[in-house]
Amino acid sequence: MNLAADLSTAWPEIFVAIAAMLLLMYGVFQGNQSARLISWLTVGVMFVAAILVLSSPAGRMVAFNGMFVVDGFAAFAKVLLLLGAALTLILAMPFNAREGIPQFEFPVLVLFAVLGMMMMVSANDLMSLYLGIELQSLSLYVLAAIRRDALRSAEAGLKYFVLGALSSGILLYGMTLVYGFAGSTGFDNLANVFAAGAEEGAPIGVIGGLVFIIAGLAFKVSAVPFHMWTPDVYEGAPTPVTAFFAVAPKIAAMALFVRVMLEPFGDLFDQWQQVIWFISLASMSLGAFAAINQTNIKRLMAYSSIGHMGFVLVGLAAGNETGAQGVLLYLTVYLFMNVGTFACILAMRRQDRMVEDIDQLAGLSRTNPKMALALAIFMFSMAGIPPLAGFFGKYYVFLAAIQAELYVLAIVGLLASVVSAFYYLRIVKLMYFDEPLDTFDQPVGREISTIVVGTSAVTALFILVLWPVLAGAAVAAATLFAA
Amino acid sequence: MESFPVLSLTTFLPLVGVLFILIVRGDEETVAKNARGAALWTSAGTFIVSLFLWINFDASTADFQFVEKHEWIPAFDISYHLGVDGISMFFVLLSTALTPICVLASWKAIKTRVREYMIAFLILETMMIGTFVSLDFLLFYIFFEGVLIPMFIIIGVWGGERRVYSAFKFFLFTLAGSVLLLVAILALHFEAGTTDIPTLLAFQVPAEMQFWLWLAFFASFAVKMPMWPVHTWLPDAHVEAPTAGSVILAGVLLKMGGYGFLRFSIPMLPLASDQFTPMIYALSVIAIIYTSLVALVQEDMKKLIAYSSVAHMGFVTIGIFTATQQGIQGGIFQMLSHGVISAALFLCVGVVYDRIHSREISRYGGLVERMPKYALVFMVFMLGSVGLPGTSGFIGEFLVLVGAFQDNTWVALLATTGIILGAAYMLFLYRRVIFGKLEKADLKNILDLEPREVAIFAPLLVLVLWMGLWPQPFLDVMELSVSNLLQNYQTALTAADALTVVGR
Repeated sequence: MNLAADLSTAWPEIFVAIAAMLLLMYGVFQGNQSARLISWLTVGVMFVAAILVLSSPAGRMVAFNGMFVVDGFAAFAKVLLLLGAALTLILAMPFNAREGIPQFEFPVLVLFAVLGMMMMVSANDLMSLYLGIELQSLSLYVLAAIRRDALRSAEAGLKYFVLGALSSGILLYGMTLVYGFAGSTGFDNLANVFAAGAEEGAPIGVIGGLVFIIAGLAFKVSAVPFHMWTPDVYEGAPTPVTAFFAVAPKIAAMALFVRVMLEPFGDLFDQWQQVIWFISLASMSLGAFAAINQTNIKRLMAYSSIGHMGFVLVGLAAGNETGAQGVLLYLTVYLFMNVGTFACILAMRRQDRMVEDIDQLAGLSRTNPKMALALAIFMFSMAGIPPLAGFFGKYYVFLAAIQAELYVLAIVGLLASVVSAFYYLRIVKLMYFDEPLDTFDQPVGREISTIVVGTSAVTALFILVLWPVLAGAAVAAATLFAA
Repeated sequence: MESFPVLSLTTFLPLVGVLFILIVRGDEETVAKNARGAALWTSAGTFIVSLFLWINFDASTADFQFVEKHEWIPAFDISYHLGVDGISMFFVLLSTALTPICVLASWKAIKTRVREYMIAFLILETMMIGTFVSLDFLLFYIFFEGVLIPMFIIIGVWGGERRVYSAFKFFLFTLAGSVLLLVAILALHFEAGTTDIPTLLAFQVPAEMQFWLWLAFFASFAVKMPMWPVHTWLPDAHVEAPTAGSVILAGVLLKMGGYGFLRFSIPMLPLASDQFTPMIYALSVIAIIYTSLVALVQEDMKKLIAYSSVAHMGFVTIGIFTATQQGIQGGIFQMLSHGVISAALFLCVGVVYDRIHSREISRYGGLVERMPKYALVFMVFMLGSVGLPGTSGFIGEFLVLVGAFQDNTWVALLATTGIILGAAYMLFLYRRVIFGKLEKADLKNILDLEPREVAIFAPLLVLVLWMGLWPQPFLDVMELSVSNLLQNYQTALTAADALTVVGR
């Protein structure tokens, strides 16, 4: 393959990289008053990148000597994460302007993180995978600590950095083991090696390496038992950054997780299935039980996202095409629910100060009925009550689990969703059943209200767009199993 | 007429009312007034549309009628498929008939957040109708579960003192049961490759799978029904819910459990149903006797009626699982009759609650002196609940017992004691509330039924007597569907027996 063809497969990434650097230079020369303009330009860049992703030819294309792959699965994940990043960036703008985080670095860092994520979902080699993860993570560490003068933000950044570095180390260690025993880092080569050696079983070193890789990736998606950083980082980081953390990196890491497990290690399914099974079960249960006692809504969302990642991993544990499809569907739904909820959280302000206590939502249905309705929709959806969006995500991952005969996982998972319904309902209870406190600051701002209306409409009426999304996910998931 | 989507219209017409209510603007008084009006007119319109179903219903076939089918998710063979047969038709009518009555009953009782209240009721109506007309299992589940959201809000916002506890208990109990149903639906979906109910009815589920699927179905329907010992959410939910919420809860939501047994457990899993019949009998008999005794000592009117509901539902489960023509028809009839009578009884409690704001039985006494009309109305429904011949309650219980005698005399004998206990607690309630001396000061000025309340009770009164004196039109509609169901059930059992004989 020649260079021109290689470059053309990676057009969206190249475009984002150049744009990020140009915006950085522009910001350096213009100073912080250009932050708002750069933010909007970044949103535009993401929009164009999404169009580039969608307009790239269908079918699987491998470039750069097998380091980089573009297929339907990658395209689906990229569009999702670009959408998530763009929406959270729009949410961040009024917040940053108000709270004195007018740094132009903010959108640029987001854009670099997005570039890293796009690399992650297109990685076809352990090396390019690591590169993508590091580019993403380094940007995220800085974003977590972007409010330098706030103690908690700095703490969050440092904590994230230390634990993130540790997990990267574990990941790298796993990769070296796999390379040592299988003799390659390319996904295609690895798949061939394992397929050929399927009869005599994988060497113990590869299995050790596989476990380390799973541990590293489980950290990135904040699955139990590698979830400890999540509540602290979610609580400490500025709220828009938390919103960003909750959506785009999770989608990218999960897509990467699915690809790594199903493509190079697809023939070692029997070896990794039980690991994923446990991680999934533990995440669902912990996400359900640990959230019950939370009083801070950001911490609650952290545990909620741990639980959601557990549900997504059910689809991976099934290891079949329905599972991959369910993962993509769940991630789509998760994107809208989370962006919407965080938009509501950003609207929780009183006398110009952010309020993060859950109890402060009391009586919201009287003081701000529209926001209460939207938040109630998100909560019922997260609890997985039909006909809202969250139900369909759960339906497909559990359908895959039943197909794979993972009955225990399905039953425990669904019972965990009943437990988690309790704390989602608690928020609805506060908003609807309790007496109102003071009103939150009004108006909440055009950006936030538009996003709340949009995401809640999608969540409530997802039943109408279910089939097109599912069809898209089906095409995307099929590419993983084509080989 | 065949192409006209009358079922979709019935199901989604209430949502049109929701849209109307949403666009109402103005101060709180105007909004409340318009919301009440819009809710009443849309629910009345829905009822009239649903009458069309009964008029055009063809009782000479056991097939599904008014069928609508559109592709939804072809890759998984999930479709938007609606239809009714003799089993489900009356449940649709029950839902559409009770909703306008509930709206009327809430006319004055609900003073705060009227707009949200009416929206919740109309959404609830859509979900209830959808549950009974769905011919796709996933669609059924969506409606079946969707009921939880408006009901949670209704109990929690407009309920009594312990409303939060009751709303959570109701939601979590039902959800816990339902997720197991979801697992069963997923397993069936995977096994049969479709969620289409008519296809699944013809599908032979492997015998060893039936056992587990039946238990999962049971977990959901038994909670909804509710059967002893998972009935404990019901007294709490009933007591704390506003009057109209109790009416819908007792009148329609409880019937979803019985409908589920009839539509899914028995025809889809005949072997397991046969196997579990003794367990159902045992639980039902315990429910009838135990909850009747519990009802006898209640101090709270609503709680008493709630426990009586559990007992009456025990008759329904017995009737359904006798797998006889009389038993099943009696079970359906008993559900319809209970839907009307218990709804009316809760409305009766609502009448005095609106005036005195207490549900304590001891707060009342001697009401007959000030409220003769009320006493008469209450008496008819009380006697209906007891099962006096001439009321609808008698027909249902009688048919169930006829069915039970054919299958198991002991069950019939024990269930009959429930009727005696039922008479005891209802008459005891009536005596304490209506008769005796009018001593309490505030009862001396209590007013009798106003025209609005007469309008609420009149149709229910007519129904109870009509169903009791001339039940034939109702029984005719269900006859063929039930006999068809039974025929398939017996065929499946005989086939399985033959198989075990060959296996030997």
